[in-house]
Amino acid sequence: MDNLVQTKPMPRLFPLSGKAIDRRCTPVNGGARFSLRLPAASISTASAALGVELAVPVNRASAANGRTALRLGPDEWLLLLSEAEAVPVAAVLEARLTDGRYSLADISHRQTGVVLEGTAVTDILNGGCPLDFDLAAFPVGMATRTIFCKAEAVLWRQSEGRFHLEVWRSFAPYVWNLLAIVSREYAV
Amino acid sequence: MKLLPPRSPIKGSQEMLLIPCPYCGNRPEIEFAYGGEAHVVRAAAPRTVDDTAWTEFLYFRKNPRGDHAERWRHAYGCGRFFNVKRNTYTDQIEASYRIGETLP
Repeated sequence: MDNLVQTKPMPRLFPLSGKAIDRRCTPVNGGARFSLRLPAASISTASAALGVELAVPVNRASAANGRTALRLGPDEWLLLLSEAEAVPVAAVLEARLTDGRYSLADISHRQTGVVLEGTAVTDILNGGCPLDFDLAAFPVGMATRTIFCKAEAVLWRQSEGRFHLEVWRSFAPYVWNLLAIVSREYAV
Repeated sequence: MKLLPPRSPIKGSQEMLLIPCPYCGNRPEIEFAYGGEAHVVRAAAPRTVDDTAWTEFLYFRKNPRGDHAERWRHAYGCGRFFNVKRNTYTDQIEASYRIGETLP
């Protein structure tokens, strides 16, 4: 496990940084991301080990102790942690889930995130994403994988007008340009 | 029951096709990938199956005009495969159910 985890924070390349001059679009700097797959029997053990409740409904986020878990599917979570916690978390899970029936993949360098804010944020997102962002259909605390034009994306609604958007790093310039084009219409 | 005719693709429609994922609820069709006919079972011991039955399994599908049980994958969502009962003529979806469950 240890050889899979970077022991030192690497300098991170953010395609969005430097371009994100808009106050409503800010890159999420730093942070570690993990993809966690678990069988149902291990959810409570893993929740206790991580300090985050994993047994939330599918497509919901849960946060505690500065750690966030987005439940993307019945057996899949996206963990958002600080970089310093990446190594301890992997070790803790390995120690607690003794049957080894889980998968923890470090995807910190695969993805990059932006936080989108503003009153027109749902309209701008709808420029590339077909989901219904009405509060009844996409309440605060909902997090799901979806599609933004042609890019796979993870969307997490942190408040009514604030979204955390995670995309694969290689898709980020594409998504950013599309967001900028759509934003022009709303004079962001 | 009288079947409604499908919408004309020429006139265009403002509505989008929503597919009910058993895990995520109604989602737009663009998030899904089609997985072909459902409940096509591979023989446990393929070497004991004769050529006709094997050809049936590999290449022959029902392709009905009407109710059809088919697999879908929520590719840009939870990523799970599931089954859908869809009318291929009207495009109406009657039920969706998880893999391993029987057609309702």
